[in-house]
Amino acid sequence: MSAKSKDSDLPLIATANDLRTGAVVYRSADGAWQRDIARAEIAEGKSAADDLLRRAEADLAVGVADLALIPIIREGAFLRPAALREIIRSTGPTIELPAWQPRA
Amino acid sequence: MYRYDEFDHDLVRERVAEFSDQVARRLSGELTEDQFKPLRLMNGVYLQLHAYMLRIAVPYGTLSSRQMRTLAHLARTYDRDYGHFTTRQNLQFHWTKLEEAPKMLAELADVEMHCIQTSGNCIRNVTADHFAGASADEIADPRPYAEILRQWSSLHPEFSLLPRKFKLAVIGAPKDRAAIQTHDIGLEVKRNDSGKLGFAVWVGGGQGRTPMIAKKVRDFLPESDLIAYMEAILRIYNLFGRRDNKFKARIKILVHEMGEEEVKAAIEKEFAAIDKTNMVLPRDAVERIERYFAPPPFDTRFNGAPAFDRARETDSEFASFVERNVHPHKMPGYAIATVSLKPIGGTPGDMTSAQMDAVAGIAEQYSFDEVRVSHEQNLVLPHVKLEDLPAVYARLRATGLATANFGLITDIICCPGLDYCSLANARSIPIAQRLSERFADPVRQSDIGELKIKISGCINACGHHHVGHIGILGVDRKGEEFYQITLGGSGDETCSIGEIVGKGFSSDGVIDAVETIVDTYLKLRESPRENFLSAYRRVGEEPFQEALYAHAA
Repeated sequence: MSAKSKDSDLPLIATANDLRTGAVVYRSADGAWQRDIARAEIAEGKSAADDLLRRAEADLAVGVADLALIPIIREGAFLRPAALREIIRSTGPTIELPAWQPRA
Repeated sequence: MYRYDEFDHDLVRERVAEFSDQVARRLSGELTEDQFKPLRLMNGVYLQLHAYMLRIAVPYGTLSSRQMRTLAHLARTYDRDYGHFTTRQNLQFHWTKLEEAPKMLAELADVEMHCIQTSGNCIRNVTADHFAGASADEIADPRPYAEILRQWSSLHPEFSLLPRKFKLAVIGAPKDRAAIQTHDIGLEVKRNDSGKLGFAVWVGGGQGRTPMIAKKVRDFLPESDLIAYMEAILRIYNLFGRRDNKFKARIKILVHEMGEEEVKAAIEKEFAAIDKTNMVLPRDAVERIERYFAPPPFDTRFNGAPAFDRARETDSEFASFVERNVHPHKMPGYAIATVSLKPIGGTPGDMTSAQMDAVAGIAEQYSFDEVRVSHEQNLVLPHVKLEDLPAVYARLRATGLATANFGLITDIICCPGLDYCSLANARSIPIAQRLSERFADPVRQSDIGELKIKISGCINACGHHHVGHIGILGVDRKGEEFYQITLGGSGDETCSIGEIVGKGFSSDGVIDAVETIVDTYLKLRESPRENFLSAYRRVGEEPFQEALYAHAA
């Protein structure tokens, strides 16, 4: 696990990639790893972050890979990652991709 | 083209079965990520920002139509309907699912392809001149030697856990179209005074955070000594290469720290000590491989190409395509056609499945079933009849692949950058796209002439920025993307590493900065025949620094 920012005062959330698909996922308070950053559990302060990390690391055995705690910024009712890298992970490439439809 | 024998088929299929089992064990939790990661990397499966990435080896950049169609099928079936051709002549899919990777590998194996040694500290996919077997200036086809090196290095037990990755490139002409002097080992096929085939051997080139130009350690290595000499180099590297610091582990650092003469002496001593009994490369073995790369059945009755001549006279866009993207072939009546994967405003190296299928069909009908991938992220149809070029052009145009910009300012090399890559610090594709749009006017491009822009999103330099005439390196400065410009780099036979021109620029500023550099060049060149690199080498960086930074002083 790695912390991916020097903004140590910012609240943190746990992110990883889904083991089967590689999709970017966030850990919600109920322990689920899901795609919606808005549902991520937010850890404020060091002890809450350590606790979130401990629970998230327990999921590494099967469900997810490349776990990290990342700082986030609250903007009104919304959350956004503090770092550009994590914004791109959250929203996808910033370039136009060829037209594509997910398989049913 | 080389065709797998029974041994090759078995080896690749066994590897697919082995990896399928490893994936199943990871998904069941039997393997931890730490245990599994080196296994997936050995099979070309990386974990990137948004998904897994599958890197498929295209040995020496040569593909058949059947293989290209399989790549199209994989893009459609398992990915997001496109793929990305890289500066190592490979193809990457950026949206691979781990659970589907074994099926993809099995389908690749059916067409004699794999992902072995596209990652890890081993000898990577051997690259070669993309005009091999076709160009008019060729001394010998480098691909048989690249294939021999591929066979020698595949799963080589002594060289599977090197200090760092190791890259080889081979050319067969004096013109270096494979950037051999920026490889760990670069080989140039040549003939000695008595007409015997052999190699000039360069060692210790590379880009990344410490760019270095390779040193020539042999001006002529006899063909029969190829494998023994490669063994000697690899053994010296394996023995003395640093393992304590991954940033200092490439052979270029060893050459730099030991010194050129000492490294040469160590290689020669090791080479002398090798028992050559089983290490000589016999001519009949080379001939056996050469037969796979025998010239196709060219039509030798060339008596003019009236349809070609007529189209060139009547269709100015076709004439531009011929001028930029078509190169002389060794066989009269034939030409080499470059298929640009750099449409204006597009993503360099990307190709949809429909385009892959289209090129496969064109190659099948007009280029003896062959396609090449260039390290400059374009495709090449190596053997097209001049008389067929108008038809080829029309079909390329119909699928958006007829951009006439080979070697021009919009023919930009660009890594995936922060839009995909977990190592990147900054985005590179949007910079390439905006530069492409800024210089879109074909008349302006033509006036500027040959100018190679190369962009990397981090210091690992997958976008070859160090050898760009104009190189752009994306960096992270306090959380913001910044772009450093280098000038005067070149990856050809006059290889040079670009020099940092000054302070970096914002993502907006770098586009204007490149335009300032280009305008400065246009003002100072002695004539339109003096290209950017020649002008830079004549005047140095000062006029460009003056133009870029004088107002800030």
